[in-house]
Amino acid sequence: MSVAPEEPEVLDRRLDAAALDRRLDAVWQTPRGLWAALATVDHKIIGRRYIATAFVFLALGGLLAVAMRLQLARPEARVMSADRYNQVFTMHGANMMFLFAVPVMEAMAVYLVPLMVGTRNIAFPRLNAFSYWMYVAGGIVLWGAFVFDMGPDIGWFAYVPLSGPQYAPGKRADIWAQMITFTEVSALAVAVELVVTIFKQRAPGMSLDRIPLFVWSMLVTSFLIIIAMPAIMVASTSLILDRLIGTHFFNPAEGGDVLLWQHLFWFFGHPEVYIIFLPAVGMVSTLVVTFSRRPVFGYLGLVLAVISTGILAFGLWVHHMFVTGLPRLGESFFTGSSMAIAIPSGVQIFCWLATLWSGRPVLKVPLLFVYAFLFTFVMGGMTGVMVASVPFDTQVHDTYFVVAHFHYVLVGGAVFPLMGAVYYWFPKITGRLMSERVGRWVAGLVFVGFNLTFFPMHLLGLAGMPRRVYTYPAEMQWGSVNLFISLSALVLASGFLLFFWDAFRSLRHGIPAGDNPWDAPTLEWATSSPPPSYNFARLPVVSSAYPLWDERDALSVATGLRPDRREVLVSSVADARPEARESSPRNSIWPLWTAIATSIMLVWSIFTPWAVVWGSIPIATALIGWFWPKGVPEDDA
Amino acid sequence: MTARPLRLPALAAVLACGGCGTPWQSALHPGGAQAGGLLDLITIFTAVCGIVWLLVMIVTLLTLRRRRAGIEAPLPRDEGTERRPRRAVQAAVATTVVIIAGLTLLSFFVTRGLTADDPQALVVRVRAYQWWWEFTYQDPRPDQAFTVANEIHVPVGRPVRFLLEAPDVIHSFWVPSLAGKQDLIPGRSNEITLVADQPGVYRGQCAQFCGLQHAHMAFLVIAEPPDRFAAWQVAQRQPAPEPATDEASVGRRIFLARQCAACHTIQGTTASGTLGPDLTHVASRRYIAAGLLPTTRGSLAAWTADPQTLKPGNNMPMVPLGSDELSAVSAYLTSLR
Amino acid sequence: MNERIVLDVSHLTLHGKSSASVTWWGTFAFMLLEGTGFALLIAVYLYLESLASEWPLGAPPPDLGPGSVLTAVLIASLVPNYLIARWAEQENLHKVRIGIVIMTVLGIVPVVLRFYEFPALHISWDSNAYGSILWALLGLHLTHLVTDLGDTVVLAILMFTRHGANKRRLGDIQDNALYWNFVVATWLPIYVCIYWVPRL
Ligand code: HEA
Ligand code: HEA
Ligand code: HEC
Ligand code: CUA
Ligand SMILES: [Cu+2]
Repeated sequence: MSVAPEEPEVLDRRLDAAALDRRLDAVWQTPRGLWAALATVDHKIIGRRYIATAFVFLALGGLLAVAMRLQLARPEARVMSADRYNQVFTMHGANMMFLFAVPVMEAMAVYLVPLMVGTRNIAFPRLNAFSYWMYVAGGIVLWGAFVFDMGPDIGWFAYVPLSGPQYAPGKRADIWAQMITFTEVSALAVAVELVVTIFKQRAPGMSLDRIPLFVWSMLVTSFLIIIAMPAIMVASTSLILDRLIGTHFFNPAEGGDVLLWQHLFWFFGHPEVYIIFLPAVGMVSTLVVTFSRRPVFGYLGLVLAVISTGILAFGLWVHHMFVTGLPRLGESFFTGSSMAIAIPSGVQIFCWLATLWSGRPVLKVPLLFVYAFLFTFVMGGMTGVMVASVPFDTQVHDTYFVVAHFHYVLVGGAVFPLMGAVYYWFPKITGRLMSERVGRWVAGLVFVGFNLTFFPMHLLGLAGMPRRVYTYPAEMQWGSVNLFISLSALVLASGFLLFFWDAFRSLRHGIPAGDNPWDAPTLEWATSSPPPSYNFARLPVVSSAYPLWDERDALSVATGLRPDRREVLVSSVADARPEARESSPRNSIWPLWTAIATSIMLVWSIFTPWAVVWGSIPIATALIGWFWPKGVPEDDA
Repeated sequence: MTARPLRLPALAAVLACGGCGTPWQSALHPGGAQAGGLLDLITIFTAVCGIVWLLVMIVTLLTLRRRRAGIEAPLPRDEGTERRPRRAVQAAVATTVVIIAGLTLLSFFVTRGLTADDPQALVVRVRAYQWWWEFTYQDPRPDQAFTVANEIHVPVGRPVRFLLEAPDVIHSFWVPSLAGKQDLIPGRSNEITLVADQPGVYRGQCAQFCGLQHAHMAFLVIAEPPDRFAAWQVAQRQPAPEPATDEASVGRRIFLARQCAACHTIQGTTASGTLGPDLTHVASRRYIAAGLLPTTRGSLAAWTADPQTLKPGNNMPMVPLGSDELSAVSAYLTSLR
Repeated sequence: MNERIVLDVSHLTLHGKSSASVTWWGTFAFMLLEGTGFALLIAVYLYLESLASEWPLGAPPPDLGPGSVLTAVLIASLVPNYLIARWAEQENLHKVRIGIVIMTVLGIVPVVLRFYEFPALHISWDSNAYGSILWALLGLHLTHLVTDLGDTVVLAILMFTRHGANKRRLGDIQDNALYWNFVVATWLPIYVCIYWVPRL
């Protein structure tokens, strides 16, 4: 047994700050050049890419929304054909949910969580790189298909039999199903990384009651992903099997069942919306604390609220199926459980309000978005409570009322906090502040535009307009309201455009931010902006939930790590007692090869089941390359 | 498409919803007890939730009363000052629990009210196809049963039980002015019971996305006094009238000779296809092609000439006909009252 | 920001064992998500059964032979699996080498047996939903058998190279053993579903 001898001189203790930075950077940096860029496993670089890619998909999905609004602005309009419209709304929904909303939240976490818990890289950094490549490949598959008029046209939840072999000939439904596989593989990978990072790589002293609330949110979100996403994998794989090799999971003529699809989908689909929402909750908590200048009111209550939302999320799925003819008594149970979600949501709202109430709120742009969030999300929550009622829902299910509900909670509940979070963390990521003045315009335009766009949809729904219609007859008299909505959507779009512009401009011309421009309390602000490749020269040690507020003069840190290899601290789950000095893998090109091999297999398997057999050979080869020891210091115990 | 001037007053009325929708397809304009009960429920929920929302917003705005212009040093933690907010939060959570418990109970009792069964009910079997509706009025005497498409008549005051079936994909049966919706699901049978309390024309529309022409899958429910309804029923049971003009009988010959008869049924002729709507009394209906066009001789001709342009992707192919043939067929179809 | 050194971690071990290592938790998380997948597929099986008028649907119950032998082999494999984890823990490379060869063989046998199991079902995947779910259950489990076998083979080769004598690799052996327990554990409910539920 040879264990690398511990040379006392290579420990960081003996080095002065400059020498330490130099040596750490030599070990952790991503060199210049394309190859190194493809091989990097730095969570910050991958996180940045992830965030940028997700926002590209937001812009693309938003453009699709504008296209829909053009078509719907007038009755009997012919901006696009029925076939195109069906692809467009499916692409909009699938893109927004699977390529924007879920990934963007994970992307923020990939960047932020390691910094917030005070470690040097995410757990399983190569898996992280793999996850990003899979995500990009999934996006390319979906959008590539759309460009070639092969975009899915079955709605984002792809109900059978419409998506089955008989009613969806061609490859459009397979594209949808396989896009699911890509995005789920990547989401699951990130979830595993985050769980392990949060459990095992927290700074010494960061016991459970000192974990930043955003990190708590991401922990619960990751568990939701791990438990919910297998359901959609089972569903989409069964669909592909039905379509490709003639199984009968969803064929009632041969013992299958149509509603089985809906159960599987919504067992995933409902938690999915909290997978999007809970990270936003964490962002709101973070912003509220920093900008009301006080520790959060009701830390324990907020944590328990997030956890109980996560648990309850698995008991609600039937509320998407209230009109499918399930037994009424059973449905009423799901009314009760759905409404019960209002309790933890209420706890959160009230704790934030109490924090703001007893704090000294500073209306910087991020907090503006929090107020926009409160206004909008609470309204969306109220309509959620309405549609949770079985009889109420029989009138508004599958109408624009539901479209209004979910945009209020998705855009108001998740995108507004996200935009606030971007204004907040942009300086950390880029070293420059976004413009406070432009930010106010963005917040105003988006807030007003959003409400003018989506509020009238409630009324349209009650006035009988179903969703997913490519047009409507003039005599229904929905025309003027729809025109109003479409015009308002342009205001909303201009707000987003301004947001993108501000971000681009600030990359180069923003005011340099310094380490901690908002005087925020959590660890990501303890390092420089942007952070060095190794995040922290010496790993922080914490003794409170607000380390930078409680120790304003100096940061407590640990020494004793080796600077000549990638080393991180592993700590215990509950009280974050240091347990080991683990090595963290080096950059590697193999995750990219593995992702390419996997992508080829997945796309190929739309056409023949043998792809699974032959396609797994290159995957296995790439995986061996990935894990085979390379004789670097990190291989040592 | 006719260009209409912008109606600015309608835009202004958006918030009041005076300007959106028509009474014949709207949850806000009930024509029966069920939809009326649902509207009451909707009103109560909206009022309660609206008030809660308002209260929360008032508190939200009040949090700004101590706002500062710039970032100051963080406030020290002081357990003493947390007591009042803690009480407030506890009270708010308790109120939330009470309110949602109340709403859940309310919802539960309204649900129970929805499923009242009535042995007196008229029974209609509904089969929803991509993208049209078939209704068969059941009768204990099989020869008295009859089939219509896309338009039904119901007697005012008498419950009608609809047995819902979908031979192809999922559709949803929804007449908002009369009741909530219910899905039609392949391999399963659902049902829904409606009562129209006021005579009138109510429009229903498929609410579940069912493919290309989901947007054009409407039907009409015409509620009329029992005697008018009975008369209608008698008329619908009759076979198709004999063509009264020469042109119409030529039309009938063409109809029976071409593919039409393979898909459509016309009682009293040899046409007995089942892939398309029953046309026995097609001209007695207000619209053709599931709400797409008002029934006129012109629209029947236009539809027959080119269904794929009018309703792209629908399951009726274009059957090539000369213009004389077309005119004759449309004359015949117009005579099917 | 100024720093104040409050802790020295140089004494810590370089490789945490079991719950002190990140790979252990990674394996745990993957078991959780795959276990959910198995649980859902079993739920689908029971759901379809609850809808069907007869069960099994249009076929006699599967033959017990191959499946039961496979079950026995899997259960028997738990013993050497337990031992190899212990030997790895004790850093006894020699015994680990023997154990990993045994585990490779015990990985191959079930894969072979599985190909006798499919015909013993007496139904094809495309006959009806019952056939579909049976094949899906066996197939999903087969992919786990094969991936774990692949992992075992690679580790076996590693053990006979210069990389074998390394705590980190021995940790991998332990995680692989942990995962094999999972593969066996998920099989048991599937075995009951496929072979015994139709006989109830
Ligand atoms: C971020 C995403 C998100 C969030 C957070 C929510 C939150 C909620 N949703 Fe929503 N929902 C969606 C996204 C989301 N939803 C989507 C995407 C769909 C449609 C999918 C599709 O069909 O395409 C949908 C559809 C949907 C349906 C199905 C409707 C239908 O198809 O007919 C239902 C039914 O119960 C529902 C209910 C709820 C409830 C009860 C909440 C609750 O969590 C809300 C709780 C919050 C509050 C209540 C506000 C704060 C609380 C207080 C201030 C306390 C005081 C409150 C009271 C006294 C009531 N949602
Ligand atoms: C997070 C998710 C999310 C988000 C952000 C949005 C955002 C928007 N959505 Fe969407 N929506 C869904 C999720 C989302 N939606 C889902 C799940 C469905 C259901 C789909 C289904 O039924 O299957 C749906 C359905 C849906 C419908 C119903 C379609 C139908 O049923 O027929 C409509 C109709 O108006 C709509 C509108 C909009 C609008 C106007 C926005 C706006 O907020 C968009 C604003 C953003 C922009 C306009 C982008 C602006 C950016 C630029 C202009 C940048 C220019 C480009 C570059 C710089 C490169 N959405
Ligand atoms: C392959 C089958 C098929 C053939 C052949 C066919 N039809 Fe149709 N027809 C349909 C279907 C399906 C519909 C319903 C279309 C829809 O509304 O989506 C329909 C609808 C109609 C309607 C409107 C009925 C209503 O109540 O809305 C008329 C009228 C009609 N067809 C006449 C004809 C005539 C005349 C011909 C021959 C020239 C013909 N059809 C040939 C299948 C067919
Ligand atoms: Cu039928 Cu929508
Ligand atoms: Cu839901």
